[in-house]
Parts: sequence; structure tokens; C-alpha cells
Amino acid sequence: MKRIITATVRNRSGVLNRVTSLLQRRQFNIESISVGRTETEGMSKMTFVVDVEDFQKLEQVTKQLNKQIDVIKVSDITDKAIVARELALIKIVSNSQLRAEVQGIIEPFRASIIDVSKDSLSIQVTGKPEKIEALIELLRPYGIKELARTGVTAFARGQQPSIQDGSSYSSLLG
Amino acid sequence: MERTHKQDPQAATERKEPRTGADLLVESLINEGVETLFGYPGGAALPIFDALYKAQNAFDQILARHEQGSIHAAEGYARVSGKPGVVVATSGPGATNLVTGIADAMIDSLPMIIITGQVAQGVIGTDAFQEVDVMGVTTPITKHNYQVRDVKQLPRIIREAFHIATTGRPGPVLIDMPKDISGEIIEESFSPNIELDLPGYQPNTKPNPLQTKKLADAISNAKKPVLLTGAGILFAKASEEVLEFAEKYSIPVTSTLLGLGAFPGNHPLFMGMAGMHGTYTANTALYECDLLINIGARFDDRLTGKLSSFAPNATVAHIDIDPAEIGKNVPADIPIVGDAKAALIRLLTHEITQPEHDDWLVRIHENKENFPLWFNKPDQDMIGQWVIKQVHEATDGNAIVTTDVGQHQMWTAQFYTFNKPDKWVSSGGLGTMGFGFPAAIGAQLAKPDETVVAIVGDGGFQMTLQELSILQEKGLPVKVIIVNNQALGMVRQWQEKFYSERYSQSIFSIQPDFVKLAESYNVKGLQVKTQEEFIKAIPEIFDYEGPVVVDARVLQQENVFPMIAPGTGLNEMIGVKP
Repeated sequence: MKRIITATVRNRSGVLNRVTSLLQRRQFNIESISVGRTETEGMSKMTFVVDVEDFQKLEQVTKQLNKQIDVIKVSDITDKAIVARELALIKIVSNSQLRAEVQGIIEPFRASIIDVSKDSLSIQVTGKPEKIEALIELLRPYGIKELARTGVTAFARGQQPSIQDGSSYSSLLG
Repeated sequence: MERTHKQDPQAATERKEPRTGADLLVESLINEGVETLFGYPGGAALPIFDALYKAQNAFDQILARHEQGSIHAAEGYARVSGKPGVVVATSGPGATNLVTGIADAMIDSLPMIIITGQVAQGVIGTDAFQEVDVMGVTTPITKHNYQVRDVKQLPRIIREAFHIATTGRPGPVLIDMPKDISGEIIEESFSPNIELDLPGYQPNTKPNPLQTKKLADAISNAKKPVLLTGAGILFAKASEEVLEFAEKYSIPVTSTLLGLGAFPGNHPLFMGMAGMHGTYTANTALYECDLLINIGARFDDRLTGKLSSFAPNATVAHIDIDPAEIGKNVPADIPIVGDAKAALIRLLTHEITQPEHDDWLVRIHENKENFPLWFNKPDQDMIGQWVIKQVHEATDGNAIVTTDVGQHQMWTAQFYTFNKPDKWVSSGGLGTMGFGFPAAIGAQLAKPDETVVAIVGDGGFQMTLQELSILQEKGLPVKVIIVNNQALGMVRQWQEKFYSERYSQSIFSIQPDFVKLAESYNVKGLQVKTQEEFIKAIPEIFDYEGPVVVDARVLQQENVFPMIAPGTGLNEMIGVKP
């Protein structure tokens, strides 16, 4: 099962290495990691998407992460009301005739063309991973020259719904 | 340091020399109360060793003959003194020679401070002479590690390192010191009052009272309770509390390998060690119990055997200071995060109805009577178990005993009854050959007045025997008993049992003359080949004031029994009876 875990960490040298090597040596499969600074100086937030077998393994992931000295807080936010986004840059084969057609495809995804050359187009898209997946599939027939994804970054919404409607946000991850 | 300098006129002249980062490091170590320091110099660590030279009256400095010797000695020191073992080595090979000991300390939770020299910052990352990415190498085997990048941070780093190494679940902390940082001239004065700022490190020592209450209720209802004592009890200094607790509710006790001595080995409630070479009584009790109370043990696979057969019908309570240990291998029904001593004190305050489990106590008593540990005693030849029994008698069971890993280790755990805490020093989780002898040196340095016996195998001893030099140098009366079967005994045993007697690389056809070898280090050497010779040699070993190496020639074929074969369960022991 895929889970989204966030970790608030101190910006000390080696902290990313420490965390990823921990996950690797304990054989936790990492789907993606994204890291960036937070509102607090000296603090960064990591968002992991991990694939774990069961809840016992999941508990080990969070406990082991928590054991790290530079890790301040670890949360499994998969089943919370969250905002989860990923950014992808997609470079496809194109020419001036195709440009309008591509524009038509990407518009419903609120993606944008950010670079144009004689034989290629670069598209930027932000959203839930499944939306990005869908756009990639639509663009694939044109020929993808290059693809770069950031991995999911996420946090809990400002207000958590008082009654869970039963639909788990883990479905976001497919 | 500052104070001594002011009082000592000669030191005062030295004071005019510029102070360096290395001096600041030394001042920080003095501030932490370090008394004994295990070091091995080298290029990138020279500024540190120069600072140590200037401060040579501040510590007892021990020069081992190999970095592995330094760190195992420091581990032995840490285990019996309760203070962190401090090791200094140089970059590259110096640091990598420490790796085994760091991993050993990590898995057995020993408080250690390891300081490694590193090449200068300007050449880090260029594959410079004697450069190794020590941070990368040691990240998985340290509780935490630091590379100093700003000399001003050094006092804070040292303060944090000692705090992290000694609190919560103890462990090794490494500090990598680039040479330019050690050599940097500094103006700063040293301020010993450093506030800790570690928001991500808050070990939870106080157990949750709701959880301890739950355990108290479980005890009231238990028909077949068992208490498992781990090394966590020793680190928490909770031996008295565990004895009071077990006696109050008549709960039978078993121990992990490293927990030996936490509960008196001669106590009527004690069932002996559990696990692969544990007693039939202990393992059967773990298999049959309805309530298992684990205090400070990590459910190692050598203890549990096949997990599906481990305490299959029990409610499992697990008390551990490290939350990540709870539920890691065995799911806990009653998880209690906290210090063993705090948890026991809290448990003792709860109202607990005396559990009705007389049948259980009778069954355990009968098992103890009917299935004791055993060995075949040949007429004149010696075997390991017999040797251990003699050592036990000769020392009244009061010695500090260290071992390597293997047959001699298991025989010591079985036949040297440990009645008091902190007398037993062994490499548990990592199973490190070459550990026992240097660990005995560290133990003797920590407890100069106690009898320290290193029971080692002929294999393990040959991995670190160069440390015999320290015995002479420091006047340490360590007694080394080599249980010499001219083989890697445990490997030989497994090859006999599980690899159709194909003894691949496990028999030593050539042995050194251990007597001459000891003598060449100015240490008394003895060889004993028969029981009679051994008995005659006992006063020569234990009444003699100096160090002794005893080459005790034992039969090669002897195996460790009983045993849980790999992949089988607690209820499938072999070799329970002769």
C-alpha cells in the first residue's frame, strides 16, 4: 500500500542522506521524495511516498524516522484531508502545425507550454499524481523526449472534516 | 583545563602557544568528565594528538596496537563503568578500522564517543590521502554523527554528542574532525555551560500510567507469567527493582544473553538464559506462557527462534526506552515506552492481585530439576564447559567476564552463573570475534580492583592478541583463558550438524605457541592439557598478581547443547538430554 509521510527536519548537513539511507537499509520502498524549506528558518519538510506491505511495517517507518536526531516530527497523512501536488515537466516532439492541437489537449489540465523550439514543446503541469499520469498518457503518442517529475509534496488541509466520508485519500495515489 | 593552566607555572608558559580547535576539543572532553581515552594517532589526527600531549595529565591515555583494539577496549570500559567509552583515531584506515566496534556498540547499545580525524576541508571529496567518507560509512551504525565544519560549533557538538550517547537508548556518536578545524587558531574562550537544543531528540523515560496499569491487570489474571530481562535493565540500573517485582508476584524469570546478571542467576525463580542455546526450562516457559513481560530486550532472532512459535499464546508486554523496538519483531499487546527502572517503580505502586499460578511454578520447578544444562565429562581431557565451571569456582562467580563470540561464549553464558549486574561483557548482536580480550582490558581499566577474566576462543584471540602489549604497559592483571579447540568451534559445530561434516576453513592445523607468545609480551603464559593440570594451575592463575594467558587445550568435537536449530521454534530444542 502506498502512504504519504511527511517529516519536518532540521537543516543540518547530511540529514537527507541519513533519512534515505535509513529507509533503504530497512528495505522500505521509496516511490518519491521531495524536500524543501518551510516557513521556519532552519527547518525543511520532506514528503515521502512509500510502498509498504502492512501497518506493522508502516509503524516501523515512522518510528525509525522519528529516531533520527534531526527529525522533529513525522506524520502519516495519507488518511487525512490533505493537499497533495506534484509538478511535472514534459518535453514532447512537436512542430508548428501540432502546437494548437497540443494546446487543446493540455488546456483542460490547466497545464501550460513553457518552452517552444523548432521541433519540441515543453509543458508544465501541476496537480495530483493521477492527473499528471493522465496528461502524460495523452501526450505519449506525440513522442516524449524528456520527462521530469518532482515527486509528491503534501500537507494536511487547514481544516480537517469532522466526519470522514470513508473515502481514503490514499486513493489519490492510485 | 583553564584552571589547571593558571595554577601550573609550566603550563602557563604553554598557554602562550596559540590555542587550536584541537585544544578546544580536549577542553570539551575534560568538561564532560572523560578520564580514560583510547587513541591511535595518524596524519589527519595529529593536531588532536598534539593537544592530547599538552593535556596528558588530564586523562589516562591508552595506546592500543590496532584501532579495533581501541574501540573494543572502550566498549568494555563503557559496559562496566556506565560511562561513555571515548576513542580517537585518524582519518581513512584509522576510521575504517573502528567500524566493527562502532557497529558492535550500536547493536548492543553501548554509550560511545568516537572522534575521527578527517582530511582538511579543502580536499574533502577529492579522494585525498587517507580520505574516507566517514559520515557515509558510519551513518547506519551510529546513533548520530557529526562532521565539524565550524570550530565555534565544537563545544556544542561535544555536549550534544555526550548527551545523545548516554541518554535514552545509549549508543555510539561519532565526531569527524577535519584537520584544518583541529589546527585552526582560535581566540574564543571555552564556556562549559552549553544549553542543549535538540528538539528532535526527547527520549521518553516516563512510562504511560494507563499502560502500566494494563500490565498490572494482566499480571493479576495471568496463569503462566514469564519475565524476560534484557540489557535495558542493566543500563537503567534497575536490578533491585526487577528482583523485588519478580519476588513480589512470584514470576519466573529468564534472560537474554546480554541481560545476564540483571537478575541473580542462582535465584529459585531464575530459569536460565533463553534462546538458541538457552535452557529447556526457559524456552519451554516462553513457548507455554500466557503473559510475557519483556523488560529491555529487543526480541533478537537468536532469542525468539521461529517467530510463529515464540510465545504463541501469550499476551506480550514490552517495556523499552526505544519506541522503535516495540512491535519491531514481536507485536506487543501492552506497549510501554520508558526507562526500565521508572516502569518497574511504577508497576510496584499498582495494586496487583497475587496471580494464581502455583501449577505453573511447579511445572517450571520440575523442568529445572529434570532438564538441567549438562555436559559429558571425559576422564582426563578437558572440554570447554568444564573449564568455565572451574573458572566460576575459582572466582566465586564474582569476576568480570568478557568473551568473544562462539562456543566458549555460549558455554560461559550457560555455566558461569552471573548473580550481580555489570559483570558480563560480551558481543551479543553483532557477534564480534576479537571483542573479548580488548574488552577485558577496558573493563580492567574501569575496575582496577576487580578480577577480570577474558574467556576467548583460539580463533577470536588471534584477531586482537596484539593488545597483550597494553597489559604490560598499563600493568593490568587480566586473566586470559583461551578455550583452545584448534578450530572455529561454532562454525565447526554448524558444519557438523547442517553441512554434512564438511569442515570448510574451520579447523586450524597450525597454532602459535601461545605460551611463548604471551612471554614475548612479558605476560605469564601457561599451557594446560588435562583436568589435573588445570586444577593445579588455578592458584598460578588467580593468586598471581599480574596478567596470565592460559592456553587450555580442549577436545575439538565438543558441541554446545541444547540448541534450537535455525528456522525452528522454542518447542523444538535438540540435545536437551545427554
